[in-house]
Amino acid sequence: MEHATRTPAPPPAGDRRERAPARGQGGVRRALTRRNRPGQWAAWAFLTPLVVYLLAFYAYPLYRNVELSLRDYTVRSFVRGDAPFTGLANYLKVVRDATFGPALWHTVVFTVVSLVFQFTIGLALAMFFTRRFRLSATLRALFLVPWLLPLIVSSSTWSWMLNSDSGVVNAVLGAVGLVPVHWLTSPDWALWSVTIANIWIGIPFNLVVLHSGLQAIPAQVHEAAEIDGATGWTRFRRVTFPLLRPVSAITLLLGLVYTLKVFDIIWIMTKGGPSGASTTLATWSYRLGFGNLLPAFGPGAAVGNLLIVIALVFGLVYIRVQRRQGTA
Amino acid sequence: MRAGGRGWWHTGLGVVFTALMLFPVYWMINVSFTRDQDMRRSPPNWFPVNGTLEGYREVLGRQLPYLATSMVVGLGTVALTLVVSAPAAYSLARLRPRGGGVLGFLLLVAQMIPGVIMAMGFYAIYLSTGVLNTVPGLILADSTLAVPFAVLIFTTFMSGIPEELTQAARVDGAGALRTFWSVVLPVSRNAVITVSLFAFLWAWSDFVFASTLDQGGDHQPITLGIYHYIGNNNQQWNAIMATAVIASIPATVLLVLAQRYVAAGVTAGAVKD
Repeated sequence: MEHATRTPAPPPAGDRRERAPARGQGGVRRALTRRNRPGQWAAWAFLTPLVVYLLAFYAYPLYRNVELSLRDYTVRSFVRGDAPFTGLANYLKVVRDATFGPALWHTVVFTVVSLVFQFTIGLALAMFFTRRFRLSATLRALFLVPWLLPLIVSSSTWSWMLNSDSGVVNAVLGAVGLVPVHWLTSPDWALWSVTIANIWIGIPFNLVVLHSGLQAIPAQVHEAAEIDGATGWTRFRRVTFPLLRPVSAITLLLGLVYTLKVFDIIWIMTKGGPSGASTTLATWSYRLGFGNLLPAFGPGAAVGNLLIVIALVFGLVYIRVQRRQGTA
Repeated sequence: MRAGGRGWWHTGLGVVFTALMLFPVYWMINVSFTRDQDMRRSPPNWFPVNGTLEGYREVLGRQLPYLATSMVVGLGTVALTLVVSAPAAYSLARLRPRGGGVLGFLLLVAQMIPGVIMAMGFYAIYLSTGVLNTVPGLILADSTLAVPFAVLIFTTFMSGIPEELTQAARVDGAGALRTFWSVVLPVSRNAVITVSLFAFLWAWSDFVFASTLDQGGDHQPITLGIYHYIGNNNQQWNAIMATAVIASIPATVLLVLAQRYVAAGVTAGAVKD
């Protein structure tokens, strides 16, 4: 478990206290390395495979994606590679499309609702698991299962559970006297259904990260609060939560960046339907590029690039927050 | 450990929470054993009474090639990820290359690019180079899920290796390559395990790249096997869920055998697409 406490993001258990001496050592180490530096060429020789890899399999696909979005591709010109350059026409077309507004709105709703519930439930469970009781560690490990399952497995399981006629969820609703809901086939419910499945998948991540954050709060703080007479809810609101804020910020920002790009769950459960009711930017981009008989690569790439911009804005905020906490 | 009744009360509550959380997983297993004629019963069978292995027989008959492909893709992704990321991390952690900070920043950004977008770029490239619908092409694409994470994990781990160890190697006359291979890499065993676990799991679970870059391939991974199943015979949910159960085996095995590595990976800001 050596490396668990030395992991990069988000600062886990006890890091605050362990980091100070570690940094001292780093200074000594740096001085030593400088004296015996085997030379920059060796350093870059080791880095070359990674740099080549990043250029070939990150930069180049991204470049091709931008290029796709700036040309008017048809199936034939896609193969021959002679599509005419059309500038930002694809972007204009996409933004003016009737799907754009709803897709953007669904992305926002899906992301915000997912984050709120994942975080709240994850935090409540993390608080619960800070108490010491038998089987605590085992149960916490079991909570990781939904997060580790292939998304196609969890998505198809939820599809069947939410089936209108034979799903177990409607069977339970019927047993307590409620009307069955057309979870996946009604435009009013489809977005909520995929959001519920996504919340379920995201809880473990929030639980584990917030739990390690809670472990890092020294026990004396709680004892001091107890002596001052702060109990229960007050202690959580005034003491625990403020101390957990850095870890919470990181958890939420990471969750945000990852929820924005969720595609598998929605595509497998509803394909973005019925009639676009659960279409987000990610599924729309996929449908444009791959979902139809006649692929529209140009607009598909344009939607994708808009999504990248949104994700990167929040991604840069994340990196900033993390850096600031690292130096604080 | 608190004494007496109070601890047990918490354990009981914890078991209830866990059971609620894992209900979908239980349901998947339950449905995988349910007979076709019981599938649309109302209320459903809560336990696999009159269970059948029909679904599993179906899987063994039809899905084995898919499972084999997933295994190859998973192992290939692990190998490629380790080869690219371990030496680079060694350099970033110990050799202090100029421009290393920028590279670290780019890796963080790389993790945030949505898979759908990478898939479209890969599709355009693969189509013109003829790599579309091949296993190596899928391995290459899947490795992009793991490489940035792997470099970050290795770099943090290798920065923590005591200076004396590498110094001693250097005093004995070992060059950078020798130090990396005979000292740093063996000591980094835990990081190698964590990285391999996640690289395998992500490649095994990948659906985005499989469905775009291997749609028409002769060798398709298990995620596509399940996906075709859902599309083709909507009625046979026991077979679909049996496939899902079998596709979950690697995740379960990893959790049981390597729990501490998994937890380490999650808190490292693990990415899941």
